[in-house]
Order: sequence, then C-alpha cells, then structure tokens
Amino acid sequence: MQGKMKKLFELVAIFFRIGCFMFGGGAAMLPLLQEELVSRRKWLTNEQLMDYYSIGQSTPGIIAVNVATFTGYNYAGILGAITATLALITAPLIVILCLANMLVLYVDNPYIIKAFIGIRIVVVALIAEAVCRLWSSSIKQRKDIVVFAAALGMAVAGVSVVMIMALFCGIGLIIGWKRGWK
Amino acid sequence: MIYLTLFMEFFKIGLLAVGGGLVTIPFLYDLSSSYGWFSAQELTDMIAVSESTPGPIGVNMATYAGFRATGILGGIVATFGLLTPSVLIILFLARYLKNHPHNLKFATLLKSVRPVALALICFGGIFVARSFVTSWQTGGLIGIVFVLIHRFKLSPIIYICLGIVAGLVWG
Repeated sequence: MQGKMKKLFELVAIFFRIGCFMFGGGAAMLPLLQEELVSRRKWLTNEQLMDYYSIGQSTPGIIAVNVATFTGYNYAGILGAITATLALITAPLIVILCLANMLVLYVDNPYIIKAFIGIRIVVVALIAEAVCRLWSSSIKQRKDIVVFAAALGMAVAGVSVVMIMALFCGIGLIIGWKRGWK
Repeated sequence: MIYLTLFMEFFKIGLLAVGGGLVTIPFLYDLSSSYGWFSAQELTDMIAVSESTPGPIGVNMATYAGFRATGILGGIVATFGLLTPSVLIILFLARYLKNHPHNLKFATLLKSVRPVALALICFGGIFVARSFVTSWQTGGLIGIVFVLIHRFKLSPIIYICLGIVAGLVWG
C-alpha cells in the first residue's frame, strides 16, 4: 500500500512538471519524457518510449495524454494511468481557465486586438510548419498521398470532418482486420 | 442540458481526432458553426492562446472552447469529455500489450489513418487562414514566419511573442 502511494506520487511529480513545461503539440513532450523517464529514472528505454509515442499517435485523442496514460498504467496500473493523466492536465486547465477569464474582460482593449493581429499570422505559420514536419512520418507510400488528397478534397468540398475520420478509421480497421493482427 | 451536450460533443472529438491536438481544429470549427458557442475568429485566438500556454495544445483548446461555451464548469466538462475515450482506449491497449508484448501492430492498427490526420491539420490551417487573411501582404507575412520557424525551430512561444510585438508596433 505504502509502495503504491509512493508510485502514484512519483507519477504526479513527473507529469505535473511536464504539464507545466511543455508548449505546443505532442512532439514537444518527447524531450521532457526522454529526460525524466529514460535518462533520469530509467523506467523505459528510448525504443520503448518511441513505441509509446507511436501508439499515442495512432490512437484517438491527444498524443501527450495518451503517452501519459500509457506510462502511468505500466508503472502503477489503472490508478496510475488516471493519476498520470490528471497530473498532466491540472496545470494547463487552471492556466487556461484563468487566462480565458481575464481575456473576456479585455476583448475590446485596442492593445489586445493589435497583439492578436500579429499572433494569428504566427499561428497559421505554426500549423503550416507542423504539416511540413509531420509529412515525412505520415506520407510514406504513394497510396498515402492518395488518402491525403482524398481526405483533404472531401473536407474542402464540405464533407464533415466527423464523417471523414469515421470513414477512414472504419476502412483502416477493416483492412487491418483482414490482414490479421499477428 | 448544455453540459451533457458539451461532454458528448467533446467525447466525439476525443474519439475521432486520431493523431493529436492539431487534428481537433477542424472539429472545433464544426462546433462553432453548429452551436454558436464561439465564432471562427475567436477559435483562431483560442489556438494562439493554447499554443503559448503550458500543456498539450489539444487539451488547452478543449478547456478554452468549453469555457467560452458555458464558463469554468464548461471548460472542465469539455476537457474530461475529450479525455474519456482516449483514456479508455489506451487502458484497453496497455492491458492487451501486457499479455501480448510483441504485438505492437495491433496497437498501431490505425497507423494507416495518419495521412487523414495530416489532411485534417492542413484543412484546419486553411480554415484559420480564411478567417482573417484578406490581403497578399498578410499571406506573404505568413510565408516569411513559416520560413523562420522551419529554419530555426525555436519554441512556438518565442514566435508568438514576436507576433505580439509586431502586432503592437504595426497592427
């Protein structure tokens, strides 16, 4: 019992810290995890961490959350998974709620409006850069380009993204099923 | 019951956004047009705030969007809605992998969906750009910032701070 509590506190310490210090998408979490879990605590090897990350990327949901849940489960079971996940999101949740509360008061402030004009340009550039960065790991064969173009075309043509994702997940699962999992 | 709607909508996003936080952007645009909880322009600002505050961007956007819909409790409900499906799926997978440690293929069954995830991120970017880009100059500026990010690969928060300064000086 004592040992279990200690494990849970360790998970809180690790993932609360990561929640405080990661900025941006799931890839931003990797160096932090490498430092904490591979170098410092030696819970995982680098290969294991990359496996976790790759699972987090190809399962539904936020990659960083998936990796936290996975690590927590392997270290301390279901309770560990939930603890790690909650620890990760606590700080961001509080920061966003405070900030959102404040921004509501200042939406009409001319300085805030001006600042956001600059910020929006950076946001689009950041998304474009993410697409570039993910291109090589997502598009590996010719058929991937076809899938990419088909999905983008459907989205631009006005098919709802819920439909598109559900459709392609369904196809992916059927193909995977037919080939056999083993 | 708005909290239930909020939870279900974000549960759906959590279930279908395979590939991470940026994939949720077009889903959030869908929400903005079907519920009117926030405008497309506000969503762009939410993305900016989520990129420049600590934490996974997908979680931040869900908290923010939920807050805009119905306040603090809404932010919490939306976040938990987003997390529930993926936590359940990961728990199931982690259990399975414990018994079949070498069957990683099963855990990455949805790998083939990655090009779709990329397409949706791309679409999200187009949508964001469409909400405010009205001139060639703005488009050109985006191109310049893109080259800078690509070349120097600094943390997003640094570029956002530069954007704030530029906006205050020339906006």
